[in-house]
Amino acid sequence: MASAKKGWETTPETRETEMTYVESLRCRECGRTYDVAPIYTCKWCFGPLECAYDYDAIRAVISRERIAAGPPSIWRYADLLPVDRNPAVDLGAGYTPLVRADRLAAELGLGEVWIKNDTTNPTNSFKDRVTSVALSKALEFGFKVAACASTGNLANAVAAHSAHAGLRSFVFVPANLEAGKIITTAVYGGNVIAIDGNYDDVNRLCAELAGMYPWAFVNVNVRTYYAEGSKTLAFETAEQLGWQVPDHVVVPVASGSLLTKIRKGFDELYEVGLLDEKPEVRVSGAQALGCSPVASAWEGGLDTIKPVKPDTIAKSLAIGNPADGYFALDAVRQTNGGFAAVTDDEIVEGIRLLARTEGIFAETAGGVTIATLAQLAAKGIVRPDERVVAYITGHGLKTLDAVQGVVGPTATIASTLDAFHAAFNPEDLA
Amino acid sequence: MAVTIRIPTQLRELAGGAGEVALEGGTIAELLTALDAANPGFAERLYGEDGELRRFVNVFLDDEDIRFLDGTATAVSDGQVVSIIPAVAGG
Repeated sequence: MASAKKGWETTPETRETEMTYVESLRCRECGRTYDVAPIYTCKWCFGPLECAYDYDAIRAVISRERIAAGPPSIWRYADLLPVDRNPAVDLGAGYTPLVRADRLAAELGLGEVWIKNDTTNPTNSFKDRVTSVALSKALEFGFKVAACASTGNLANAVAAHSAHAGLRSFVFVPANLEAGKIITTAVYGGNVIAIDGNYDDVNRLCAELAGMYPWAFVNVNVRTYYAEGSKTLAFETAEQLGWQVPDHVVVPVASGSLLTKIRKGFDELYEVGLLDEKPEVRVSGAQALGCSPVASAWEGGLDTIKPVKPDTIAKSLAIGNPADGYFALDAVRQTNGGFAAVTDDEIVEGIRLLARTEGIFAETAGGVTIATLAQLAAKGIVRPDERVVAYITGHGLKTLDAVQGVVGPTATIASTLDAFHAAFNPEDLA
Repeated sequence: MAVTIRIPTQLRELAGGAGEVALEGGTIAELLTALDAANPGFAERLYGEDGELRRFVNVFLDDEDIRFLDGTATAVSDGQVVSIIPAVAGG
């Protein structure tokens, strides 16, 4: 089932044991530990479980050379992922471009800015990373059916990776999702169930279904493994910067998992000896004003995150009850980062700014990230002396509605020279 | 008639394996107290040391998160369904 990733099956650097270095699962709230299993919450306090690795063992085998000899995908970091064997479900997620964004930086009055362009993944969002890990683990556990609750990007990724792996799939989405995201999920042939409600309603149904059917719900019962896939965004960033870390990262926040795991990824690189110095990466979060429960808590200096009813064009970030919000809030506070909550108009302008200055077309979540970067730069929270990485997690073709009517032909004319010159002054054309 | 409380998988061992129980109570807090009285152990799992619901415990009255209502003081009527659901990450 694994695709033939160049250099993977043949390289002598492939892990000899093909065993994961995950020792146990640990509750992030109370610290209780559990055996490796398809479970996701602590039975005691309902806190989320996280993979606990044997970092000493990883440190003994991992090296920059071993990673460089791996495949051009997330699986080059397999030692730091919770999967027991070579990638079972692999469409080539990861190892996406890190693009120097000097023109964007100049517009925002910043110095060194980079865009981690995750729009180039197999289904055009970072969700391919987490899904590849989740479904690989699901096969290990013996699941025959994959499922998820999704705001769209995860739906695409789960449907595609399930098709590739020969798994049945059930994908649950809010019925008001962008038409493009429904089509780009349904085309893979699995079950797509549109729910009359918002994402939090969908998620609630899925939490109940996950207790009833022996399915691998990638963001529910295999979420503990799924979430680890996001660390690869930090691993790649450091590797692509020549094994250095940025000073500041700006990350979109929906559930809060991505931001939390990017920070964990940088820390792990130091833990296993791949970085020379302990990373001190400031982490900032991006939310849409119409769904900003974590940004509101940060702004208000609160320790409680109050759920909201989402109302924003950034549907991929429209999670009103963010499960990892507390951890994202902690990460931002501990690293002296910031948050911004941006309007729908600012999101559209963010999409256009990135496209206009750097040639990268982002979906609405990317618009949120760029608009947040602009706000934080204006407030002096992101500084010109910092090396900044902004994470662009999904492709603009997924959310064409957001820019439809805002951009279009510069001129619509007859097919004559006269018409062209009526529209454009020849003196401006040389 | 009573109120139905739906128990998540993680806590069913406390209720003898039952996925649902029927109890009497006028508010969410009263129902959860009744739940603990009938099946000792629920309270310490649902409430933190501060006496508030743990932050990864979500409680719904029919289709609404009680944090959008009056929290544990939310009034409950016969025939309604209370669901206890762990917080779930997004996608």
